[in-house]
Amino acid sequence: MKTIRTLGLGLLLAVFALFINLLFMGNYKLSSATFDLYIIQNNISSEVFIKDLKNTIVDNDFSTPFYLANSIAEAVESANTYHRENKEWNQVIWAKPHSLAYQIVKSSGQGIVVQNKFLIWLLSFGLAIIGALLFMLPAIRLKGPAGIKNNHIYHSNATNRGWIAWFVFAFLILFYLVLYFRPSYMINWIYIVDPISEFLSGNPASQWFLYGFLYCVIMTLMAVRMYIKYRHNNYQILRTTSLLFFQIVFAFLIPEILVRFEKPWYDFKNAFPLDYDFFFRWNLNELLESGGFGLFILVWGIVLSLVVVPVMVYFFGKRWYCSWVCGCGGLAETLGDPYRQLSSKSLFSWKVERWLVHGVLVFALLMTGLTLYGYFSEAYEVFGIKVQTIQDIYGFLIGSIFAGVIGTGFYPIFGNRVWCRFGCPLAAYMGVIQRFKSRFRITTNGGQCISCGNCSTYCEQGIDVRAYAQKGENIIRASCVGCGICSAVCPRGVLKLENGPEQGRIGSNAVLLGNEMNLLDQLHDK
Amino acid sequence: MEHIAIIGNGISGITAARHIRKRSNKKITVISSETDYFFSRTALMYVYMGHMKFKHTQPYENWFWKKNDITLKKGYVKQIDTAQKNLIFSNGEQLYFDKLIIATGSKPNKFGWPGQDLKGVVSLYHKQDLDAIEAYAPNNSVCKRAVIVGGGLIGVELAEMLHSRHIPVTFLVREESYWNSILPSGESKMITHEIIKNGIDLRLGSNLKQINSNEDGTVKSIVIAETGEEIKCNIVGLTVGVSPNIGFLKHSTIETNRGVLVNRNLETNIKDIYAIGDCAEQRIALEDRKPIEAVWYTGRIMGETVAQTICNKETLYTPGHWFNSAKFFDIEYQTYGRVNSEKYVKPNESHFHWMHPDQTKCLTFAFDKHTHTFLGINAFGIRMRHEIFNRWLDQNKTIDYVLEHLEIAHFDPEFYKTYYPEVLKKYNVETNKTLKLKSKSWSQLFTLKS
Repeated sequence: MKTIRTLGLGLLLAVFALFINLLFMGNYKLSSATFDLYIIQNNISSEVFIKDLKNTIVDNDFSTPFYLANSIAEAVESANTYHRENKEWNQVIWAKPHSLAYQIVKSSGQGIVVQNKFLIWLLSFGLAIIGALLFMLPAIRLKGPAGIKNNHIYHSNATNRGWIAWFVFAFLILFYLVLYFRPSYMINWIYIVDPISEFLSGNPASQWFLYGFLYCVIMTLMAVRMYIKYRHNNYQILRTTSLLFFQIVFAFLIPEILVRFEKPWYDFKNAFPLDYDFFFRWNLNELLESGGFGLFILVWGIVLSLVVVPVMVYFFGKRWYCSWVCGCGGLAETLGDPYRQLSSKSLFSWKVERWLVHGVLVFALLMTGLTLYGYFSEAYEVFGIKVQTIQDIYGFLIGSIFAGVIGTGFYPIFGNRVWCRFGCPLAAYMGVIQRFKSRFRITTNGGQCISCGNCSTYCEQGIDVRAYAQKGENIIRASCVGCGICSAVCPRGVLKLENGPEQGRIGSNAVLLGNEMNLLDQLHDK
Repeated sequence: MEHIAIIGNGISGITAARHIRKRSNKKITVISSETDYFFSRTALMYVYMGHMKFKHTQPYENWFWKKNDITLKKGYVKQIDTAQKNLIFSNGEQLYFDKLIIATGSKPNKFGWPGQDLKGVVSLYHKQDLDAIEAYAPNNSVCKRAVIVGGGLIGVELAEMLHSRHIPVTFLVREESYWNSILPSGESKMITHEIIKNGIDLRLGSNLKQINSNEDGTVKSIVIAETGEEIKCNIVGLTVGVSPNIGFLKHSTIETNRGVLVNRNLETNIKDIYAIGDCAEQRIALEDRKPIEAVWYTGRIMGETVAQTICNKETLYTPGHWFNSAKFFDIEYQTYGRVNSEKYVKPNESHFHWMHPDQTKCLTFAFDKHTHTFLGINAFGIRMRHEIFNRWLDQNKTIDYVLEHLEIAHFDPEFYKTYYPEVLKKYNVETNKTLKLKSKSWSQLFTLKS
């Protein structure tokens, strides 16, 4: 068993090395035919840019995508500088330099990777999947009978902020930075998922397709780990299955298939304000131009946020979304599960959390207000503020940096729900409902708590669960995503997530005291 | 301002301090020689196993004490001058008090075995025990084998701890089946099986004769009394119960027996001096309870009770119906009311026992033979609702009523399979009855009086 595990780890590391190596492979040549076609299709009229590229890049060979991408991006920037100085506004290229570079690089690849997409997919993704399974499956035997097996989590370099954690931290942050801001650097990773993308949507893969595919693969593999770890716990098994289903079907397959039928790409479970660009002008226009189906999406999106979300939170708490449906939650509960204990439980963190998460919600709502005002008044500026600028700031700071780079990159150091806890505006919105108007609570079982602290330690949202449990109080917190792990790790059967009447939801359990005289006093006091 | 001194920063002392602070602005000093801050000693095992760090065992952040104006003092009280109301510390320091709460907890028992004080003989109670276990049994190359003596709850925890580091464990248990003085035989057998299933070398009916020493004063081996067998080991865990930690009171005027003798107000024979928690002994045992009860929640209740008395609201210690919980490797245990083992079973007490075929879940119900009043439940592998059982015990429900309404007492996580139809079926067969399971009703569950 141990040998199989070691073999799996070896395979994973080998594939990781190959994966990194892939970035530097292949060669790149932008043919003049491809370039001319690109210029025409994208209405680029900047002579400076065209001449620059023709002189330096077109029909030249490049051995990595990095230099090529940077040269193209620089060419865009210097052409734009020139046109702006000369006030030649019609020649300015409005596309973002690295998005444009990505598109050109994508059509310039030649050589081993481009020619062997499927083979390299097998060697990378295929072997990684096998390696991961070989590494994880032996846990069924090695970690002993079913039950909570958190042994050595705080002895391991990977899960106790050791060097492995810092390495993963650095890698994830780099990955997200490249994904968001320099997609052409990972062009070879994108090439190898082209066949799958073409099969699904008919289009070659983009970096977002690669990300979606990778997301599904990693979630599935880490869900296998969850199934093994919590095989005695039906709540965890069902919840993990639900997350997996919504990620693969709703976030990945349906949107790609919609594109094949020339419908807008849409994730039916992604609710505003997490889906922050739902009300952006371009999205509204696209939906309105897509006929009845577009209109249906528009209505569904509004109903989802204004009716479905609050009603479901009332009946089940925000867990119905965060721990059963959401994509961010899905990654956090699978890939992130080994890191849940790293969230800070200090009162200070709770204060920061409340300011930050509600701040983002307010930001999202203000931005959307401006956007809609601008949309209906057909203005690009509202109160002298460019709507686009606000959207760009939100997209960069919240959409990319907070949700992506920090949200996932910080897993190995600050726990798996950094985004959900400190940043997600939808979580903030649902949290307010959960706190004040919901049937959900975590019930504390009378006086059985022994203050051991497993619940607080393993709360990914940094809730000091024990603080409530040891007082016999139910846990009603805006941030609770109802993952159910506190209840799972409790060695004394003290905690139970449940939905029930609002009456008596918060009140502390008088039995706790065991002191019957006080019990009566307490009842009279109330 | 009145000065309340509390000796001991465990659950009892800290609960007392917190509740005195809630109700008054008296000056409070909590004294401990063990640690700077309150921690939950029930969680020490999880630190060794790597589930937590030591700081996670501390329920309050370090700023909490200053913010609540509770002074923490590290020191060892050597003597109490009850006449002058003075505490005398081992370093000669003195501290005047107006009222004193003794909450010094327990110390692990040692029964005079040869070698019981060798290096590598440990218990599992204090923070220092954890440090010692970490030092003598960091892994299975330094510690080739561990021997645990004493078949109680702490022994099985220690076995699980050492097992987590793949250290072979021999577990000496005096009884013929694990914990069978407390558990009815079916349950005792089930847990015995669970211990063996986890790879522990369980030696039933075995007592320790002596611990042999290496030349450097470390543990070399132990000898079993019954067989004379010598077992080589590097660490010996003595987990044969605890007794009140009151040695420092020997020469004081405070009356003691095994523990510090207190009345229902938790007051000792000396005015203004109280004792709570593991170290307190009730002069007259409360009905159905022992005069000394070393469990977590009684310490907490006593802390809260004494705080009220000290804050001029005289309150009797009334712990209510017995309950408790534990975990044996992967099997959780909860009990409400009294279910006695064959050894201590009451003349009027009868049992109904249900066991799942997989031998990891079982329920035992105790009831009165004549009146059929429900007396208590032992639940293994199934979580039960404290509040509901407390209510049923209060209301003297019958065993039939309890079995019919088990659904509302269910506390396992959502989507867990329930076994109550099988339980009831077995009961119906055994008693020739036709009881039917009532479905769960929220209104019953959440009404305090029903």
